[in-house]
Amino acid sequence: MTATMEKKRDYSLVGESTRRAIETGLASADWYHTDVPRKAMKELMQRSDGPAIRDTILWFALLIGSAGGGIYFWGTWWCVPFFFVYGLLYGASSDSRWHECGHGTAFRTRWMNDVIYQIASFMVCRNPVAWRWSHARHHTDTIIVGRDAEIAVMRPPDLVKTALMFTGILDFRYSIPILFRQAFVGLNEEEKSYIPEMERGKAVTAARWHAAIYIAAVMAALWMWSFLPLMLIGGPRLYGTWHMVLTGLLQHIGLADNVVDHRLNSRTVYMNPISRYIYWNMNYHVEHHMFPMVPYHALPKLHEMIKHDLPAPNPSMWHAYKEAWPVVKKQLRYEDYFLKRELPPTAKPYREEFHSLAMPAAAAE
Amino acid sequence: MAEWIKACEADDVDEEDVIRFDHGSRTFAIYRSPDDEYFATDGLCTHEKVHLANGLVMDDIIECPKHNGRFNYKTGAAKGAPVCVNLKTYPVKLEAGAVMIQID
Repeated sequence: MTATMEKKRDYSLVGESTRRAIETGLASADWYHTDVPRKAMKELMQRSDGPAIRDTILWFALLIGSAGGGIYFWGTWWCVPFFFVYGLLYGASSDSRWHECGHGTAFRTRWMNDVIYQIASFMVCRNPVAWRWSHARHHTDTIIVGRDAEIAVMRPPDLVKTALMFTGILDFRYSIPILFRQAFVGLNEEEKSYIPEMERGKAVTAARWHAAIYIAAVMAALWMWSFLPLMLIGGPRLYGTWHMVLTGLLQHIGLADNVVDHRLNSRTVYMNPISRYIYWNMNYHVEHHMFPMVPYHALPKLHEMIKHDLPAPNPSMWHAYKEAWPVVKKQLRYEDYFLKRELPPTAKPYREEFHSLAMPAAAAE
Repeated sequence: MAEWIKACEADDVDEEDVIRFDHGSRTFAIYRSPDDEYFATDGLCTHEKVHLANGLVMDDIIECPKHNGRFNYKTGAAKGAPVCVNLKTYPVKLEAGAVMIQID
């Protein structure tokens, strides 16, 4: 195992790494896919309203119930468990609903995806237009430095920043100024690099609607002279975001960047049923990236079908963090270091001939 | 000059499905709708040049396998982000059990 210190990565979307990714063919590349017969894939891709309607009714019932309890017991310690649940459902489940409905795979009926997408985008403090495009880029160029706008932990990792993510403080501090800048100043050059011209006006309009709701919530709090309105609107992004970070960080942390095989840069982790409900099965993350057309409720089946070709999934979140932590620590000194997970004997090998050009020789197996 | 070429046998495409057809340096997508009609479009998504034949046909919609962009494959109309540019469509006819498309 060797490790070399190279020039730091430039995570700007219009910088040196961007130019290099385009030049070397890493941008918009042809990615590895496990072979799945067309008939089986067609079945897996089939859309259905049933599972998402069931999950959404439960989601709203729990949101309304926990919010009601929080309001009723406001001013006493009894409100804490209610806001714990409300925060979790608002601050974490909104991310997975935003994600799945953004792909259009949650429901078969298009307008249902659109309605939940808009609601969840607001809850998770994301511009529904801008983030749709940034997520499309994340799927085109997953963890390609200079191209992917959604790299959660950049290298070398900033551990303080990563720890603060669990509180939502950084995300909130980052999201709200962006929202107001988009609403009242406009899009910046990086955003323009992935949002087509014809969509930019819609992004500004969406930002204005979100900003108006936040202003109304703050005014209500001032009028009532109470934090209660902010506990219900906006605040859960601070106190309820931890589960989103807990599960989301595992998607790519410690794994390779600048590769074109999701088995190298994404991680599948077995999780408990409550986390899977909140996260809408995005723990099957290699599978999701390889086949984004497969709805969340069919991912366990897809996993069973292709696991012979994937690195073994982590059996728990604890196991995954235990695996990632030493890698992240090492990246503090050697930012090129990453975890290259072993494939089972039944798998097709990694495409070394391509990756050896892009990946520094600093992998731990 | 427009010409009719054979794309595939009619039975090669399942109902409510799509297959890829390459001709020279060009690639096309051949569709069979749920009501047993045939259609043809350019084979690559106008967003990121991904083969639509790996996508999902639902009623008169083809959904791109990479970013879930949707087109009406009968008209070529882009149905919303992340696809903004319409898909080119081609005339289709059935001749002796074969699907023929007219290309220019």
